[in-house]
Amino acid sequence: MIDHTIAPVQLVTEDGLRVDDQELAPLVADIDTRRLLDLYEDLVVVRRIDSEATALQRQGELGLWAPLLGQEAAQVGSARALAEDDFVFASYREHGVAYCRGVDPTHMLRFWRGSTHSGWDPLQYRMTTPAIIVGCQALHATGYAMGAQLEGAAAATITYFGDGATSQGDISEAFGFAASFQAAVVFFCQNNQWAISEPVSLQTKVTIAERGRGFGIPSVRVDGNDVLAVLAATRAALAGAREGNGPTLIEAVTYRMGPHTTSDDPTRYRNSALDEEWKLKDPLARIKKLLEREGVLDDAYLARAQAQADATAAELRRGCLETVEPTPMSLFDHVYADPHPLVDDERRQFETYLASFEGPTR
Amino acid sequence: MTTTTTTLPLGKALNAGLRRAMEDDPKVLLMGEDIGQLGGVFRITEGLQKDFGTHRVIDTPLAESGILGTAIGLAMRGFRPVCEIQFDGFIYPAFDQIVSQVAKLHYRTGGNVKVPITIRVPYGGGIGAIEHHSESPEGYFAQTAGLRVVTCGNAADAHLMIRQAIASDDPVLFFEPKRRYWEKGPVDLDAGTNAFPLHKARTVVEGTDATLLAYGPLVTTAVQAATVAAEEGTSLEVIDLRSLSPLDMDTIEASVRKTGRLIVTHEAPVFLGIGAEIAARVTERCFYHLESPVLRVGGFTLPYPPAKLEQFFLPDVDRILDAVDRSIAA
Repeated sequence: MIDHTIAPVQLVTEDGLRVDDQELAPLVADIDTRRLLDLYEDLVVVRRIDSEATALQRQGELGLWAPLLGQEAAQVGSARALAEDDFVFASYREHGVAYCRGVDPTHMLRFWRGSTHSGWDPLQYRMTTPAIIVGCQALHATGYAMGAQLEGAAAATITYFGDGATSQGDISEAFGFAASFQAAVVFFCQNNQWAISEPVSLQTKVTIAERGRGFGIPSVRVDGNDVLAVLAATRAALAGAREGNGPTLIEAVTYRMGPHTTSDDPTRYRNSALDEEWKLKDPLARIKKLLEREGVLDDAYLARAQAQADATAAELRRGCLETVEPTPMSLFDHVYADPHPLVDDERRQFETYLASFEGPTR
Repeated sequence: MTTTTTTLPLGKALNAGLRRAMEDDPKVLLMGEDIGQLGGVFRITEGLQKDFGTHRVIDTPLAESGILGTAIGLAMRGFRPVCEIQFDGFIYPAFDQIVSQVAKLHYRTGGNVKVPITIRVPYGGGIGAIEHHSESPEGYFAQTAGLRVVTCGNAADAHLMIRQAIASDDPVLFFEPKRRYWEKGPVDLDAGTNAFPLHKARTVVEGTDATLLAYGPLVTTAVQAATVAAEEGTSLEVIDLRSLSPLDMDTIEASVRKTGRLIVTHEAPVFLGIGAEIAARVTERCFYHLESPVLRVGGFTLPYPPAKLEQFFLPDVDRILDAVDRSIAA
């Protein structure tokens, strides 16, 4: 078997040329022109959601936003490989994955606006809401996969994390548990080269895929800006998980083209030459070139994709501005599943306090 | 309803309670280090893997964060994981998963995700152990919203409370007084889980001169102190707190209104401990019924000492009675 832990596997080059990879290509043989156009539209829409959210943050409507600019292919490619029954344990930058899971983009924003800790019901969409403690979710995913296995369910679990997270103990513990119990979990690492200001070289001296292999987990390094390669690699990993072959680690090599969050200033720690280098590998431009080469891209389609993206953005903005903010008394909701006398006491005290003001409170 | 009262050591009562919980609910599973074939270092899970299988009594890798993190995923899948932390001092690698995830998931998800995880922790000193095997970290968890924190002081409660904790839809830290594992007491094996509320304190000795509040390993010590005090003509009321979060302030307040004096004892250092919270709440609720300041008898503000010194660190009958004398003299 070929070692895929060093050089990233590819199906489409930066110039939009197809790569004849005997292992990966058959896994996406069903992606005809129409479906490739759909993937391209996903990429365009997801990038548009991201830019609109960044704008909303700049306009004071969101407290923070973690842009995914540059990582669209890694997210769309992997998310489009998922079946409805699969469960996603996400980090905090997976807006593209959430979009593919059918989460209303407006609901994604509520978290970043500070209106809620959780914009959607994780059980309904089978995708968790942002996990801010870096790496914690990989263990949750592993446990969930162990549970599915105990039930004999043929569903897979996927967890997303970044290159920085691989330094966390929880990631190593998740690798260890998943390997020992042969849990049906796919570890999807978006190596976007940066953990805020720290380059991936500070986190690891070998590739992340090589580290996975050290745990006895089949690992593959894939070009994370190649939506087809990501789709193929994730499909293979999910199929293996469902068939009882245990975990897989996918290292999707990509680049965080923007800041870590809207509070970050990348000019303080990285030079623009590197940014320019990665712009040439842009995940959207690459598929566009491929579609152009294959002569299937016309202006009408491009206009339609852009219109879809703009409509989604307009809806996002409208939904954000119309957010119904939580009431003060909702502070005390859902601390516990069952009644808790201390929470009840404090709720009553606060209610009395609020009522002591003249005039209506919110 | 039949009653089958038998006499069991506290540890065996826990074992019976775990067995019962597993029989009652197929979604209950146990996980931890050495809990399978070995039956746990204290043998609390002895025989359970043999009877329920390796899929329900799971030996895990040596990673406490991993145990709690995977338990969360299992809970999201509909299981009721019961995690054993081998010793109190080993819980800290799991602290993040407990306080940032287990405690907050229900709140964070607006009630959509329940986390019915029980975390069993053998705690406290008095067994002559080496470092990191004798600690009382309950205060850290009692201060964390989203967790319930309980501790049993006798065999009957061990059997009852572990089943109640497992049945709870909220996460429960279940602190087990390891030095009392071998202490025998009557256990009603057929007691229903509604036999006595999980979060209610229990008056174990009635008295009139002062209230002595204890929990976990010190309940036995407190009862001994009350016996000695009675011989000296002082009537102590002993309350077993049982639940550290939430606190049963009604039972405490009623007793203090009767006796006018309160001494709280625990092995954990008194600084910012459970006793401090109780003292504050008692002054808020019944200040004018107090005849003297609330006193605390606990561990000193220092790391748990070497075994040869623990007798000086741990509250004992004499230190408790010294506080009783000061309370009554005040």
